[in-house]
Amino acid sequence: MGMTISEKILAKAAGKDKVEPGEYIIGKIDLAMFHDLTGPLTLNVLKEVGYDKPWDPNKIVIIFDHQVPANSITTAELHKILRAYAKKYKIKLHDVGNQGICHQVLAEEYVKPGMLVVGADSHTCTLGALGAFATGIGSTEMAAVVLTGELWFRVPESIKFELKGNLRNGVSAKDIILYIIGKMGVDGALYCAAEFTGDVSKLSIDSRLTICNMAIEMGAKTGIINPDEKTFEYTNVPSSYGNIRSDNDAEYIDEIEVYLDELLPQVALPHSVDNVKPVSEVEGIEVDQVFIGSCTNGRLEDLEAVAKILKGRKVKTRTIIIPASPKVYLEAEKRGYIRIFLEAGAVVCNPNCGPCLGGHMGILADDEVCVSTSNRNFIGRMGSPKAKIYLVSPQTAAVTAIEGKLTDPLKYVGV
Amino acid sequence: MIFKGRVWLFGDNIDTDLIIPGKYLVITDPKELAKHVFENIIESFYTKVKPGDIIVAGKNFGCGSSREHAPLAIKAAGISAVIAKSFARIFFRNAINIGLPVIISDKARDVIKENEVILIDLENGYIERENGERLMIEKYPKFLLEILKDGGLLQTLKRKFGSDND
Ligand code: SF4
Repeated sequence: MGMTISEKILAKAAGKDKVEPGEYIIGKIDLAMFHDLTGPLTLNVLKEVGYDKPWDPNKIVIIFDHQVPANSITTAELHKILRAYAKKYKIKLHDVGNQGICHQVLAEEYVKPGMLVVGADSHTCTLGALGAFATGIGSTEMAAVVLTGELWFRVPESIKFELKGNLRNGVSAKDIILYIIGKMGVDGALYCAAEFTGDVSKLSIDSRLTICNMAIEMGAKTGIINPDEKTFEYTNVPSSYGNIRSDNDAEYIDEIEVYLDELLPQVALPHSVDNVKPVSEVEGIEVDQVFIGSCTNGRLEDLEAVAKILKGRKVKTRTIIIPASPKVYLEAEKRGYIRIFLEAGAVVCNPNCGPCLGGHMGILADDEVCVSTSNRNFIGRMGSPKAKIYLVSPQTAAVTAIEGKLTDPLKYVGV
Repeated sequence: MIFKGRVWLFGDNIDTDLIIPGKYLVITDPKELAKHVFENIIESFYTKVKPGDIIVAGKNFGCGSSREHAPLAIKAAGISAVIAKSFARIFFRNAINIGLPVIISDKARDVIKENEVILIDLENGYIERENGERLMIEKYPKFLLEILKDGGLLQTLKRKFGSDND
């Protein structure tokens, strides 16, 4: 019997030839990340332990992204503590000026196929798009990783999602994953590795990152995609490197086919990510704020799609656009997107999580409606518990910004 | 490990933003966090909960973010254990790591009543209801039970690294 890519990476990390779903293993960690919100708790734990020397400073990255630049004295203090720790042990720190959404920064600079990656953030599953096994952990276990370089894992069952066909114009990776979560439910892949195969190979790395990013929203431990030429090019490694892939006879607890040709733009309605419908069925809802960004949709491909739509037009509703990383920001600037956004009447902020978690900027008031490209529409996620959040693709968000109400982007295709 | 307490019933998919909203994540003191636990579901839950109380919930408890603030806030509010049909995996790990027992039971939510006083026996793997009925629960692998007995991963780490100060 063959193994899935997830089983192979965990087996390698555990120093074994073979592992099976359900088995508990101790894995050696290749890369560990914590950020400005989860990091301080990790350091608290280390302080209580009375020993804080990392097992290998070169395998740890600290990234400021949730509230950066600091928005309060409390945040400033947390940043200060993390800065001091990074300096003490020469740990890579992405501080102000070099800050960006952790998962995007990890994708751009650190993650390679075949790695076992843990991050003190639930959307660490994003990085599975690069053929790594990447999953989110809590702050206390991050402390254990910092000290030991190891962590326990239960080898997950895998579910195969086979993508088939081509997306039509105006439909994007976000619509694919929203559609899948709508079908699976928020716990439909609980504890499992969600492996995306088939015509996922036609999709760009940016699109793949979007899809794996939201695997956690159906309860999955990770989203993962077998590496191919695009992956090796993006991660800048030769294809001989870490080329770990699922065997043809690997076992899955479920195999699901997803047809792309007929897929329409999707929206997750309040207050659950699996409350998904085609945008065309709920068009016309008045919108107070549009947010384009986050670790789901703040990449270059997303900004490109938005720029195409906003070019020469004005937004009718307040619109916040946030590139996910300095690299994305710079390239968007070079290509003239930033100017297009500003001329359309949007505000463009520095790379950070922004309104996504309601802790820093773009916070919603009572009864306000936000159309967002982020990944969670829970009650209170972006501010007031009385606000409503609709999750959509960058294309849908852009046309909604122009119209001031929830709008199907297919209307604008080719325009 | 045996726990006894009064039951609070919760529904399915109680997410981490409902447990502790994102705006409080800059708070790192569990006692302060506890003051806001579940405030978007039950007004001033913190003043109503009694030490030892037990939460009995539906499926996918703790879904959402990896914030350890969530189990920390629940524990610091005085809750002794959380029983659910299923847990989101990061919440499950976090809870054990900070020493909050999380118990998987298929049946508990369907039969146990609000305010009922129940008993949980972790080693022997059952819940006992007021009327004496026993519900079986999923047993932990041994090393996880050890972490819980230690009172959390922190204590385990302390044992391993604490004296080794350089
Ligand atoms: S963008 Fe949102 S979901 Fe992504 S890491 Fe930041 S807060 Fe979390």
